[in-house]
Amino acid sequence: MRYDVPLLAKLLAIVGFGILYIPVMIMMIYSFNSSKLVAVWAGFSAKWYRELWTDDILLSALYKSLLIGISSSTISTFFGLFIAIAFVRFSAFRGRLTLSLVASAPLVMPEAVTGLSMLLLFIAMETTFGWPSGRGLDTIMIAHATFGMCFAAVVIQTRLRDMDRYLEEAARDLGERQPFVFISITLPLIFPSIIAAWLLSFTLSFDDLVIASFVSGPGSSTLPIVIFSKIRLGVSPEINAIATLMILTISAMVLMGSVLMLRREDRKNPTQL
Amino acid sequence: MAPFICIKDISKKYGNLSAVDNVSFNLDKGELFSLLGPSGCGKTTLLRILAGFETTTNGSFEIDGVNMTNVDPADRPVNIMFQNYALFPHMTVFENICYGLRRTSLSKSEINSRVEELLELVRLSGMSKRKPKTLSGGQKQRVALARALARRPKLLLLDEPLAALDKKLRSETQFELCKIQEQLGTTFIVVTHDQEEAMTLSTRIGVMNDGKLIQLGTPKEIYEQPQTTFVADFVGEISFFEAVVKERKNTHWLLQAAVPIHVSSDFNLVVGQKVKLALRPEKIMLTSKPTGKINEFQVDIVDWAFFGAGTQYRVIGPEDVKLKLYQSHNQPSQSHVPTLKTGFVNFSPEAIIILQR
Repeated sequence: MRYDVPLLAKLLAIVGFGILYIPVMIMMIYSFNSSKLVAVWAGFSAKWYRELWTDDILLSALYKSLLIGISSSTISTFFGLFIAIAFVRFSAFRGRLTLSLVASAPLVMPEAVTGLSMLLLFIAMETTFGWPSGRGLDTIMIAHATFGMCFAAVVIQTRLRDMDRYLEEAARDLGERQPFVFISITLPLIFPSIIAAWLLSFTLSFDDLVIASFVSGPGSSTLPIVIFSKIRLGVSPEINAIATLMILTISAMVLMGSVLMLRREDRKNPTQL
Repeated sequence: MAPFICIKDISKKYGNLSAVDNVSFNLDKGELFSLLGPSGCGKTTLLRILAGFETTTNGSFEIDGVNMTNVDPADRPVNIMFQNYALFPHMTVFENICYGLRRTSLSKSEINSRVEELLELVRLSGMSKRKPKTLSGGQKQRVALARALARRPKLLLLDEPLAALDKKLRSETQFELCKIQEQLGTTFIVVTHDQEEAMTLSTRIGVMNDGKLIQLGTPKEIYEQPQTTFVADFVGEISFFEAVVKERKNTHWLLQAAVPIHVSSDFNLVVGQKVKLALRPEKIMLTSKPTGKINEFQVDIVDWAFFGAGTQYRVIGPEDVKLKLYQSHNQPSQSHVPTLKTGFVNFSPEAIIILQR
């Protein structure tokens, strides 16, 4: 269906998108600035990108961020899947309400609160049974996996809820046992949402600064922490370059996630002949 | 000999609510049985109990002498065709149909030939590589049927098999379904709320309401000898009126409603008894002048609707007796009577149904 968009609506849309994206564009443009001064344009150059490549601190932070991102999002997706199944497939069980509150609270809780409570937990655990000894990559990973899990559960839940329950019954009726029904029917059908959930938790982990700064220890600074500390010493175009790369990576992942979620919509409304 | 399918005292309670209330019936091998009832009458719950997806509060279910009550759905020689077909969207037509065969002892070539056979049966040969998404509603329905038949079940359950199809396709598919059922000799139980569908498909019909099986019989019995008001009203069009039994004449009972009415002497009636009468619209004749026949009285024509093959009238007789009647246009000269304001109706004493409840 096509309809004419009123002029005012168009204008508002342009202003809105402008406010959102013009700063980002400017930042991207200045990442190619040859001058050391961030705000003064002195000609085109890709030297900040070359410099990034030789900056060991940044590279090691990037490596840590990727490591944490990949492992924590894998854990969150795994547990998120089970939470989603518990909510959608088991209509009533004891503690369902509690679980649903607990599972969705981190979605709305301020990151500083999550970070601080995680930190207190780790300290308490360390004094009680000696693990984790100090804060490091493992504590960041656990913290990220914990809040990523909630997002993953929400994403997978939506898809699972849309799935026709009769499909599983049909498979059982045709002689398949419960675990194989899950593998041959449910899993393939919710797979796009599992990928989307993974991408979402990875993105959340990859650009998290607040929680990571609470639960990181010496030598475990992630990319956002390094960038933030660099900014405190003054903004260099190098930051623009790395921010540009991060934005491109994350937008690519978000885009992939949305495409996967859109395919889900397609399946929901199959074209009737 | 024990009946092929024996359903005995099956009940399903949700708290105080009875979804299925003491339903019992037996089926012979190769029957096409319909469970007919309005939505919420428990027919789908009963079907799901038979498939094994719902537990029963009490009662038992046997096929061929084997008790199925505690058998897992995967192990029952029963398959179900879901109302929305429940085709696996990520699998091709071929994969859908052979899904139930993978766990059997059949070899690969046997599976292939069985699927080909089934595709031919439902006239979908050459479609095996298609995904369900690319099929029309009728084709999906046929894939679902083939998939449900693949394991050669002893009993096939069909949940509103034709509800998702448009009217024209529905009547075609109806006859096709009957043909396939006859060809295979599989026992079918069809759940439907569409009385026309139940009438054309089945060898026998069970009418359900409020979880109870109210009447069981052939389509003709259900239509011509309904035992309760509910069955009479649910199956086909009908008019009701009350009367009191006055006297026994030699060939007929004479009843007093707003007008004297003669009914067949076959009924067991007592003088003074109050009864509820029912009359099918096509059994009533409408004429512009009195004919002098039995059971004739004058009516006002309130409303009429032209149906092509006939015309339906709503008329009011003495003391506000409301009747629906249907005049077939089977005579070329016969014009329908919408120009009239009043007319005369008559009906034979055999046309009257006396309801027990």
